[in-house]
Amino acid sequence: MDALDGNAIAGALFEHFGHDMTMAEVRCSHCQSTSMMAELRVYMKAPGDVARCPSCDEVVMVIVNVRGTERFDMSHMEMVSPT
Amino acid sequence: MSPISRGFTRRRQSTADTTRVPPGQYVTGDFPVLSAGPTPHTPPDQWSLRIDGQVDEPVSWTWEEFLALPSETPTVDIHCVTKWSKLATTWKGVSLDVLLEYVQTEAEYLTAWSDGGYTTNLALEDVTDGRAWVAYEFAGEQLESEHGGPARLLVPHLYFWKSAKWVRGLTLTPNDEPGFWETYGYHNHGDPWLEQRYQGD
Amino acid sequence: MAGTALPRRLSWQLGRVVELVDETARTKSIVLDVPDWQGHRAGQHVDIRLTAEDGYQAERSYSIGSAPEDPHLVLTVERLDDGEVSPYLTDVLMPGDELELRGPIGGYFVWEESLGGPLLLIAGGSGVAPFRAMLRHWSAAHSSVPTRLLYSSRSLDDLIYRKELLDGVYDGVEVRIALTRHWPDDWQGHRGRIDGQLLQKVAWTPSERPLVYICGPTGFVEAAAQSLVGEGHDPRRVRTERFGPTGT
Repeated sequence: MDALDGNAIAGALFEHFGHDMTMAEVRCSHCQSTSMMAELRVYMKAPGDVARCPSCDEVVMVIVNVRGTERFDMSHMEMVSPT
Repeated sequence: MSPISRGFTRRRQSTADTTRVPPGQYVTGDFPVLSAGPTPHTPPDQWSLRIDGQVDEPVSWTWEEFLALPSETPTVDIHCVTKWSKLATTWKGVSLDVLLEYVQTEAEYLTAWSDGGYTTNLALEDVTDGRAWVAYEFAGEQLESEHGGPARLLVPHLYFWKSAKWVRGLTLTPNDEPGFWETYGYHNHGDPWLEQRYQGD
Repeated sequence: MAGTALPRRLSWQLGRVVELVDETARTKSIVLDVPDWQGHRAGQHVDIRLTAEDGYQAERSYSIGSAPEDPHLVLTVERLDDGEVSPYLTDVLMPGDELELRGPIGGYFVWEESLGGPLLLIAGGSGVAPFRAMLRHWSAAHSSVPTRLLYSSRSLDDLIYRKELLDGVYDGVEVRIALTRHWPDDWQGHRGRIDGQLLQKVAWTPSERPLVYICGPTGFVEAAAQSLVGEGHDPRRVRTERFGPTGT
C-alpha cells in the first residue's frame, strides 16, 4: 500500500495546532533523524491515520477519531521547530 | 450540522440480514484494504510461525510444516471497526486449537505480532473452541500480501483489527497487554455485537 | 480576489458551483464561488466534506487549481471508479449546488513569485492540478522566473488542461509532455515514462539550484525525487506532494 505524506493530514493538523504544520520540523524518537511534517509517510486507510518516519519507517504519530474527537498521539516524535 | 450534499449517499450497499450485521455496520461487496504501514512481502522460505512467552517450551513451524498441519475451511462474516462488514467470506487455515495443542501454558492472554511491527492482544478464550485460525487462503486462492499473506490471524467474532495481518507469532502473556490500535484508543476486547470500538465503550 | 498570506481560521465554509468543465473523459474542473474566501497561495489545497441525509460524512482533499488572482476557486477532480467522493463530484454535482469546504491548507507545497527559481514542476496524472495554480499565478504576476513543466500522462486524451498547456497559454513556460501508454505517430514529445535521463535533460543542473515541485501518485513522486537528489539536487529544494491513486 502506498503512503501519502503529511500534506494529506494538513487540515487535521491545522485544526489541532491552530496553524499550518506542514513545515514544522520534527525529530523521530526511533532514529533521531529530522524531517518536515509534510515529509512524513502517512497511511490513511486504517482505523486511524498513521504517520511514519521517512528515514526509518517507524511510527511517529497516530491520529484516531474516538467518538467524534480527534486524538493525536505524538509520543514518538519531538517538535524541533514549530513551522 | 453540515448542510446535506444533494444526492450524496454512502457507497451502495446490499440489503442484508440485519441479524447478521452488528450495530453501526454496513455490508460491502468489496474487500477494503486497510493498513497502518507498508505491506511486508515475506517469502515462504523466510517465514515461520512461533508460539512463545508464558509457555513451557516455545514452538515454531516453517512454512512447509505449517501447511502440513490439519486445516479447515471456515466461512465467516467479518466486521471492520471502520464500519464495513463482509458476509460469508471463505478461508483456509489452521485452527488455533490445533496450534495451541503444541504448548503448555497457564496464560490467559496473548499478543499476536506481525511482520512490520503490528500487534494486537486477545484473550485465550477468544481464540479457542473453534473461534480463530491462522489463515493462508482466501476465497480459494493464496492469501495476497495486501490482505495479510502469506498468513494472517482470523478471529471473525471480534472486530477485524484483531485479525492481525502478516502474523508471525503469538506470545502468551499472563495479563492483557494492549497492542497497536488498543494503545491508541481502541477497545481491548472488540466485540462488534456490543459495539466495543474504543476504550471505555 | 486578492491573495492574503494565511487564513485567520480554518473553518468549514460553503462554496457554490458556478460551472463544471470537462477536462478529460474522467476529470472535471469544478468552478466555485466561495463568498467568504480569504485568499490562498498557489499549491495549497482544500478539504471537501460531503454529508448524506443519514448524517454519514466523507472528506477528501483536492488541490486548488486556480491562482490567488483568479475570481473563482477551481478544483480539478479525477473520477476514481471505486471512489466514494470523486464519482459524486464528477457525476452528480451540478451548477447551483453547494459544496462544504475548508481551507486553504498547506504551507509546504507552495510557490509564489517571491520564492524565485528557476522553477521545475513535475506532474504525474492528476498531480498537475496544483501546478495550474502556480502557472496561473506566474502569469498574473508577470513573472520572469524561468519555469518548466514536465507532465506525465497516459495519453493525449488523458492530458488534463490539455488545451491550455498545448496552446501555450503560459507564454514563456517550457511545457514538456511525456505520454506513457499511447501517443500519436508524429508525437514530438517524450514517449514512455519519465526516467532519469529525461529528468536530467529537463532539469537545470544542481549548481543552478532550481526549486523543484513534484506531485502525483506516490511511486511516481518518489522515483522522480530520488532521481533528482541522486543527481545532486539539494533535497531541501525538492518539494513533494503524494496523491492517492490516479490514472497514470
